[in-house]
Amino acid sequence: MDAMAIVSIFVLAVFVGFEVVSKVSSTLHTPLMSGANAIHGVILVGAIIVCSHSKTTLELVLSVLAIILATINMIGGFVVTDRMLEMFKGKKKGADK
Amino acid sequence: MNRAIYDLIGLAAGVCFILALKGLSHPKTARRGNLIGAFGATLATLVVFAYKAPLHNLGWIIGAIAVGSLIGVPAARKVQMTQMPQLVALFNGVGGGAAALVAIVEYLALGADATTAVVIFTVFTVVVGCVSFSGSIITFMKLQELMTTRPVVFPGGRFVIAATLAAVLGASGWVVAALGTTPLLVLAALSLLFGILFVLPVGGADVPIVISLLNAFTGLTVAASGYVLDSTLLIIAGTLVGASGTILTRLMADAMGRSLFGTLFGAFTAKPQDLAAAGEERPVRSGSPDDVAILLNYARRVVIVPGFGLAVAQAQHTVRELADLMLSKGIDVAYGIHPVAGRMPGHMNVLLAEANVPYDQLAEMEEVNPTFGQTDVAIVIGANDVVNPAAQTSPGCPIYGMPILEVSNAANVIFLKRSMRPGFAGIENELLYDPKTMLLFGDAKASLTKVVSALKAL
Repeated sequence: MDAMAIVSIFVLAVFVGFEVVSKVSSTLHTPLMSGANAIHGVILVGAIIVCSHSKTTLELVLSVLAIILATINMIGGFVVTDRMLEMFKGKKKGADK
Repeated sequence: MNRAIYDLIGLAAGVCFILALKGLSHPKTARRGNLIGAFGATLATLVVFAYKAPLHNLGWIIGAIAVGSLIGVPAARKVQMTQMPQLVALFNGVGGGAAALVAIVEYLALGADATTAVVIFTVFTVVVGCVSFSGSIITFMKLQELMTTRPVVFPGGRFVIAATLAAVLGASGWVVAALGTTPLLVLAALSLLFGILFVLPVGGADVPIVISLLNAFTGLTVAASGYVLDSTLLIIAGTLVGASGTILTRLMADAMGRSLFGTLFGAFTAKPQDLAAAGEERPVRSGSPDDVAILLNYARRVVIVPGFGLAVAQAQHTVRELADLMLSKGIDVAYGIHPVAGRMPGHMNVLLAEANVPYDQLAEMEEVNPTFGQTDVAIVIGANDVVNPAAQTSPGCPIYGMPILEVSNAANVIFLKRSMRPGFAGIENELLYDPKTMLLFGDAKASLTKVVSALKAL
């Protein structure tokens, strides 16, 4: 991919990232951080790619380790965020009564 | 599968991540937002299998994903909500570690074929990924109280950190110039060391800000590895997390009245005098559960200020029982929630929601502060730093400038504490020695149970 396209994607993504979270109540800081944390677990995709073309034992070992760590980050991250938010939902039901 | 379809699906996953962050910013849509994010991540993972098919080492890949799931899911499911912040720190750390490993493997595979730009991005990913990994491990240990929660500062600390940073930069140059496995491993080792040194001086109360910052760091490493691997999706996802994480870090720092600079380097500039007063013995007024019950029985308005100590003692249900009892006696009850009560912003809301405390009884700091003047009793349960007047009165103390719950304006203040030990930030609280303050020592749950039965008997 050419450098200009990458820079464009990067700059636009920065602004989108700034914009979507600019006003958020402190109550949601922790779940939001945890959710964003889970999203960067998508490095799993990169780990799978490098594992699939690893040729030496060292490369294989390191990339398998990378897949394990990335999976923990991604799946664990989404599950723990959901658990946090589950409680917010229960709370809302109480308020509606 | 051809590249265009692969890229389009990648873009769809990127859009999912934007919608996820957007959804997570509002209470009503937060849960759906998280699910959209999970959907995007699943989509992105599955499409790689289809695009790169047939994948080499497929057995290894699926096996590794299975192992990761078997570790990650039970950890996320079983963790006590009180220990959730350190789990998030740990998840962030392993993500940073994964990004660093991906960059290392790709670098080993490319060998002499790597362009200078790729090498530079590899260096960035390895450095920041390793810092995020080792830094997160230290924050985990601080939150889990496997090590002291106070800032760790040793003589000449700032020079050691500066020297390590210089060594990291030197090794980075070495990797770019020499292209070899050894320089890269030296760089990784130095970066791990720097991550440890970087987080050690941070005080316990500021740890959440650092976790958020490291989270943003990991996002940027993912973006950089996206460049190395020619993956638009990784660039988009990583940059989104990097940018939103930076904003979130600032928002958190603002909520705690801290500057980011002060958080990271405060320990080097704070004067040690603040800790000096801690040694001397001063008289305090301690009471019995019956004294507390009598005070509550004749109050018209009571504000409960829950802190992390409440959660540690698992006393959420008991405190709700006390609140219900007071309400049945016609006493006006509210919970005053500090934005950073617990170990992270919003943590206490999660913990109280778990105990089915009605949402309308939870008052945010801005709402509850003006009402302390009309409050007869403020009960502070296992909290300390968030009600410490030193944050308003003594410049130079580590929490100076942090907004606090102004419980000192209430007619009476009751502290439920395990001991006279200072709070997470390690600062003495003058309010404990105030004549209108009564202390009830003991485990929060046991104390509350006694207060409840004493109040019932009245």
